[in-house]
Amino acid sequence: MNYQWNWGVFLQPSASGDDTYLGWMFAGFKMTIGLSLSAWVIALLLGALVGVLRTVPNKVLAGFATAYVEMFRNVPLLVQLFIWYFVLPELLPTSIGDAYKQTNPVMQQFLASMVCLGLFTSARVAEQVRAGINSLPRGQKNAGLALGFTLPQTYRFVMLPMAFRLVVPPLTSEFLNIFKNSAVCSTIGLLELAAQGRQLVDYTAQPFESFIAVTLSYIIINVTVMTLMHKFERRISVPGYIGGK
Amino acid sequence: MIKIANVSKHYGSFQVLTDCSTSVSKGEVIVVCGPSGSGKSTLIKCVNGLEPFQSGEITVDGTSVGDPKTNLSKLRARVGMVFQNFELFPHMSITENLAIAQVKVLGRKQDEAIDKGLKLLDRVGLKAQAHKFPGQLSGGQQQRVAIARALAMDPICMLFDEPTSALDPEMVNEVLDVMTELAKEGMTMMCVTHEMGFAKRVANRVIFMDQGRIVEDDSKEEFFANPRSERAQQFLAKILHH
Amino acid sequence: MYEFDWSSIPGALPFLWDGMKVTLVITFQAVLIGIVWGTLLAMMRLSPIKALSWFAAGYVNLFRAVPLVMVLLWFFLIVPEFVGQLFNIPRGTDMRLSSAMAGFALFESAYYSEIIRAGIQSVPKGQISAASALGMNYGQAMRLVVLPQAFRNMVPLLLTQGIILFQDTSLVYVSALADFFGAAYKVGDRDGRLVEMLLFAGVVYFVICFSASQLVKRLQKKYSTA
Repeated sequence: MNYQWNWGVFLQPSASGDDTYLGWMFAGFKMTIGLSLSAWVIALLLGALVGVLRTVPNKVLAGFATAYVEMFRNVPLLVQLFIWYFVLPELLPTSIGDAYKQTNPVMQQFLASMVCLGLFTSARVAEQVRAGINSLPRGQKNAGLALGFTLPQTYRFVMLPMAFRLVVPPLTSEFLNIFKNSAVCSTIGLLELAAQGRQLVDYTAQPFESFIAVTLSYIIINVTVMTLMHKFERRISVPGYIGGK
Repeated sequence: MIKIANVSKHYGSFQVLTDCSTSVSKGEVIVVCGPSGSGKSTLIKCVNGLEPFQSGEITVDGTSVGDPKTNLSKLRARVGMVFQNFELFPHMSITENLAIAQVKVLGRKQDEAIDKGLKLLDRVGLKAQAHKFPGQLSGGQQQRVAIARALAMDPICMLFDEPTSALDPEMVNEVLDVMTELAKEGMTMMCVTHEMGFAKRVANRVIFMDQGRIVEDDSKEEFFANPRSERAQQFLAKILHH
Repeated sequence: MYEFDWSSIPGALPFLWDGMKVTLVITFQAVLIGIVWGTLLAMMRLSPIKALSWFAAGYVNLFRAVPLVMVLLWFFLIVPEFVGQLFNIPRGTDMRLSSAMAGFALFESAYYSEIIRAGIQSVPKGQISAASALGMNYGQAMRLVVLPQAFRNMVPLLLTQGIILFQDTSLVYVSALADFFGAAYKVGDRDGRLVEMLLFAGVVYFVICFSASQLVKRLQKKYSTA
């Protein structure tokens, strides 16, 4: 195997002229982070809401929440992404669809990716939230109600604060997943880390360096997120219970 | 105070309660006992509407529990309940546990609620634990806090659902002592418990349930001296031997 | 408003079925290798020999930190070249499918190994003591006592992971392979009917995965009551 290693390639000016290849990678890194974080906000908000709805006594609401989760869980992420990106703009009323297609293509890629990742992950978050609520002792709900709390108050003051703490460890793994899943968005041309890695291979002809650098970036993201979440877990631990002292 | 009239309840085809009737007057202490699965916990949970029932009527201080127009939260705020597994809120300190419902349900001021809570905490002998979290207390201590939490709402009556059966034996008495004192002060109480010593000391009446029916409803003297049903005799024989 | 035209689907069914066969082949081989290699990794991870347990931990953590897309790109763009030079395979040999399958299997093994490790650890420690007390060695205790119980507990999780894997296979799109999704995309692109084909693909995946997950749920109920 006669491969010429050349790590200096990252400092060479890129094909676009105004940047280095390291700059390309960094741009991809920022895109991955920005996309994942904004999708995570959507996933947390919608996931918490849908997860709570799955546990309420109202059959219609709970049924809606179940359908939501099943829909997003049983179609591959790639297919969902293509539907958001290629199909949805076509299904809008012609005038709106045409106006949308006139907007900045990077914006379109980002929007589709963010909504897709956000909703896909929200279904998973919802499952964790539901599991967290259901794992609380049944008596907690009764104790809240017996004190005169209404059902929404019981959720708000008694069940959710505790369920939230139970759910943080599994949510950490969903949070990690969203960064990894964001790589799927390279398939619609969004220039995040994985896509920049592919470009680097094409432009620099140094495939090993390019891919090792991108792979390392993902590992760095992974380790950083894990460390932060562990700190967070310790901060919210309850004395005498899970993780507390 | 509490009137239970011909209450029946079933889950699907399984009959949990059959035609139960009894009443508790103001200041009375009633002990409900019976073998496990006899429906006694279900019955007491029907009193504050935690368990729905299909037929019959329960009124508490004149308010019908089964009536869909009744504001159940309002009613429950006036009826204290103590659970088998304490059910303190683990993510709140003892002080917060005592104050939260006073503030959010009764609309009391935070300081007022904390004051009241601490006074009651002192009464159950746990003032020193105010800043701790439930997970840092023993079972007996947690149950005493739970009683104080219920009392902080100024309840018109108290429901106890097997308050000592999750406790280690050496902690049972500290809880029973608090309950005994409460009874002596004239609190209206309905207690599901196997503690026959407690029943003998403070109960006015004893209700014995079996297979979802109220089999005996007697003064405690009558119940302990000569239980009428064979089931109650067997039950007493078993429990008193332990 | 968009006017749907589903007419290109019936003619494309044989081609789509060929794609589905690729999807199924990748899925089943990855599940199979994943479980076997995953079990070995889990046992290494739990073994008292430090070198083995570090290797397994490193392997699992590496693959779990990297996106599947990235792994598939490695196995699409770099590994074939490398392997080709190593074994003198003539240039231009199409190794896309075998390479993608290898990438998949190695990636999924990391996830299977975590499921299996949790399964092994869910068997009470006393079981190993009991087996040793009967005179079994470590290997016998694992094979005859611990693993059978562990797998029984794990069946629903392993199957659920299989459903996730089935969905993940769509990502071989990045290696330009015509799996079911790749085939659907190609047909839609060719006929200018991408909207219909993508929706059709979505519905097919949904029906398969939803039915499979309902079956797993039923199985789980049966298991837990048994």
